[in-house]
Amino acid sequence: MRQIWIITKRELQSFFDSLTAYIMLIAFLGFSGLFTWLYGSDIFFTKQASLQTFFGVSYWTLFFFIPALTMRQFAEENKTGTIELLLTRPVTDWQVIFGKFLATLLLIAIALVFTLPYYITVAKLGNIDHGATIMGYIGLLFISATYISIGLFASSISNNQIVGFLLALAIGILFHFVFGFLSMASSGFVSEVLYFLSLGAHFESISRGVVDSKDIIYFISIIFLSFVGTEAILQKNRT
Amino acid sequence: MDIVVENLTKVYGMQRAVDNISFRVNTGEVLGFLGPNGAGKTTTMKAITTYLIPTEGNIWVGEYSIYEQPEEIKKRIGYLPESNPLYQDMPVIDYLKFVGELQGISSAKIKDRIREMVIVCGLEGEKHKKISELSKGYRQRVGLAQALIHDPDVLILDEPTAGLDPNQIVEIRELIKKIGKQKTVILSSHILAEVEATCDRIMIINKGKIVADGTSDDLRKRAQGKEILKVTIEEADTDTIFEKLKELPTVELVDILNKAKNSFEVQSKRDDSSRRHIFNLCVKNGWILTELTSLETKLEDVFRELTYN
Repeated sequence: MRQIWIITKRELQSFFDSLTAYIMLIAFLGFSGLFTWLYGSDIFFTKQASLQTFFGVSYWTLFFFIPALTMRQFAEENKTGTIELLLTRPVTDWQVIFGKFLATLLLIAIALVFTLPYYITVAKLGNIDHGATIMGYIGLLFISATYISIGLFASSISNNQIVGFLLALAIGILFHFVFGFLSMASSGFVSEVLYFLSLGAHFESISRGVVDSKDIIYFISIIFLSFVGTEAILQKNRT
Repeated sequence: MDIVVENLTKVYGMQRAVDNISFRVNTGEVLGFLGPNGAGKTTTMKAITTYLIPTEGNIWVGEYSIYEQPEEIKKRIGYLPESNPLYQDMPVIDYLKFVGELQGISSAKIKDRIREMVIVCGLEGEKHKKISELSKGYRQRVGLAQALIHDPDVLILDEPTAGLDPNQIVEIRELIKKIGKQKTVILSSHILAEVEATCDRIMIINKGKIVADGTSDDLRKRAQGKEILKVTIEEADTDTIFEKLKELPTVELVDILNKAKNSFEVQSKRDDSSRRHIFNLCVKNGWILTELTSLETKLEDVFRELTYN
């Protein structure tokens, strides 16, 4: 645990030192704030004391932002060779992966904490569904964790950050659209399986305030599979 | 802590980078790896650090095997990779702290250790700078500092003096010698003089195989066998001397080193010495012999002989 935390601290430090963290926070709050309060189907347009719009916008913002955060995490170490020094320390591959994962997740959590004023304001404006809102936040955290684990896997594959970014997006799009689209195009059992694989469906149900163990299992499985894939690649690079 | 390498083989695709090598390094020994590029030095070192997984064979560091207890080995090893990779965006102090923490130095001791490393490696003026702002020589010092910070029993240094200026090279060599007294050190280098100056034992690797192993004197002796003399004779005709030298019974080869100065290189037949004959020859002809020195076989020659196809 100590080793994980040491790695997490360094990764977080690096996010803040390189200004990535600030740019990400400002852009995320800017986008989500704009669409929640000022533009499109904002709060005043829908006239509902609900953060549904915010969750929808965040969902998509994070889809693009998280790969931009994770793309560096392994690709840069592979490129400069620091991965070799890191893995010859008394740490396991899993501790390295989890430490990096946790750093990005913490950064996203910080971003989400900064949106709590939205919640408080909306709660003052009308009768907000507290359960649904809290679940919405938890849903965002699960979605973020999923994106991050996919992003880390994509980053570990090569020593090129852009490849890491695009591959993470490609995998994300696969889970978002391709499975959903194929599900609609097919029928019966296959359609159900594909629908289950589609990321959007699970986020939707969680953000409506419904906690289904199926959704949690889904997110955790993708995270776990991405970790296993990342570990396999770290191992492969050493043979 | 002893290092025992048993039948280590590493295959990349079709190429055998390291081909079934075995050796042992004892505590308190500084072993120098010599070899041309691509000989398998770095591969062997990476395998000892547990980073590379060998195709075949085992490595023991103390009682720990790289397969069974890699974590125990990692705790006791200090490693400076060839390219000296560092986190460019971190200040020197922060980087050393990060490494120290990962190596499990207690928070009570870590400050003292960092201070000590900064002094030992001469980083006092640069400690607050970002690593990306440092010159190559200073980066190399940071690389050494990170390898030494947890006071490891085993040090693996892949070209430790690359990029340093001559003064720094001398300092680092002294440091390695000092450290090497209590620890097990393996270092690699292209520079023969460096290996000779710092290492107790030299191992020459070529094409993945050990071609020589011993002290620098051992290696020299092995290649020597024949006596080589440098002879300078004044006030005589070069060609005459050349002919006469060649006629001596013990001489195998004569080479003119410098025509103007009349100096020659004389190689004797195996197990023979020509000194006496050369002296007598000069007396007989009334030549003035101004130089008669034995040329030592240089380590460079040994190296070339062993690694040249």
